[in-house]
Amino acid sequence: MRKSSLFLLFLAAGIIFLVLMFVHASVQMKAGAASLQAKADLVGKLGLTDLCLFTEASYTRHLSQADLHTPFQNGPMSLEHFPSGSLVMPPAVIRKVNGKVD
Amino acid sequence: MEKWIERQKHIIDFTLSSLLRRKGRNAALILVYTLVVFMLASVVFFVQAIKREASVILKDSPDMIIQRMSAGRHELIPVSYLDQILSIRGVSAVRTRLWGYYYDPVVGANYTLMVAEDSGPAAGSIIIGQGVSRTRLAQEGDTLEFRSHDGAIIDLGVKSTISRESELVSSDLILVSEQDFRRIFGTPAGFATDLAVRVKNPRELSTVALKISERFPDTRQILRDEILRTYDAVFSWRGGMMLVILCGSLLAFIILAWDKASGLSSEERREIGILKAIGWETSDVLLMKFWEGIAISLSSLLAGVILAYAHVFFTSAALFEAALKGWSVLYPTFRVTPFIDLSQLVILFFLAVVPYTVATIIPSWRAATVDPDSVMR
Repeated sequence: MRKSSLFLLFLAAGIIFLVLMFVHASVQMKAGAASLQAKADLVGKLGLTDLCLFTEASYTRHLSQADLHTPFQNGPMSLEHFPSGSLVMPPAVIRKVNGKVD
Repeated sequence: MEKWIERQKHIIDFTLSSLLRRKGRNAALILVYTLVVFMLASVVFFVQAIKREASVILKDSPDMIIQRMSAGRHELIPVSYLDQILSIRGVSAVRTRLWGYYYDPVVGANYTLMVAEDSGPAAGSIIIGQGVSRTRLAQEGDTLEFRSHDGAIIDLGVKSTISRESELVSSDLILVSEQDFRRIFGTPAGFATDLAVRVKNPRELSTVALKISERFPDTRQILRDEILRTYDAVFSWRGGMMLVILCGSLLAFIILAWDKASGLSSEERREIGILKAIGWETSDVLLMKFWEGIAISLSSLLAGVILAYAHVFFTSAALFEAALKGWSVLYPTFRVTPFIDLSQLVILFFLAVVPYTVATIIPSWRAATVDPDSVMR
């Protein structure tokens, strides 16, 4: 087989895989709808406010509930030192109040 | 049309043969290119999926949370505030929330202890999240020890575990009775951690929040919209780690494109000269270089994107696990629902394919427009 045919076949296979990726995502979204609703129901029932992504510090466990001082609870001069601090932004409510100061 | 296709195929044949003559160099280039695309696409897919999942899951969180503040810190709120807030026009329901953090010295993990008003366990028993169950090897019927605020040891029996599928919101949760919660933390009767408010008309939310802040100046109000916006910015590109990955990828793309744009090797210039001398048009040379750019960048894009999809949605972003875990002892195991859209692919295409292809064509065009004789010398 010619090299060009092989290359075009490779591109076609890649594009088919991309299309299959979207098909898979769509199927998974439909299949996961019940699971998502179960999580949303639990959030509504218990009155939860946050995702359980980072449990290493209180202000990263409940990101939306943190106040200005929580990152400095170990001392007024202690800089934020938990690794998840490099992944997340301060909560929206703090950014709104202190945006101009920052 | 058939003639046009045949012409393209001949040029592709020639381009691939040319690339295969330097197969070691080009294979290394494709490998690095694929890795850069893979890393960037993994971040894009993961962040988008988490954000979308958060927006769907947290849509039922309370309309407003009211925290009492003292000296800039979150304080317990008197339950007496509840009736006064309920009397504000537009408020349909207010309930107290009792929750707090418990550090478990046995395994070094932090748990979230919470009182579930309606469906909570009876005194003396608890319902635990999957993460707690995994960390403490505790199952239904087991007993967990808690050290209360006054040093007393309290044994609580595991009544059941929260479903595995809701681990993203409940992994570290321990649901306790109000009586046990107050015993463990010493929270006095008549106080709660905060208040959850439901408002009849969502458009009145900010007005109700304003009324509450005027009536209770020692409180702050966290609206659901702010909770959702917090998670919309959770892995923002401005966050430290994201910025490092983004800058690293952009720099890599710039270096790859710069390597091409900075000029051709003498071997490549001679190749162009020979092609011109045997009758190739400048447009043919540019077409060959176009296919060369496409062969490398599009192959890398396709491979990188497909590998990234498998990485994020089939292995639960296993490579990011260490970064996401941080110092956490308790970490939720969850599989994010794939939320992908065409715009993500378009962004990756414009980042990965276009600059490289353009950077491949431009120096070749310069070499192809000069006299073949001078190029070959």
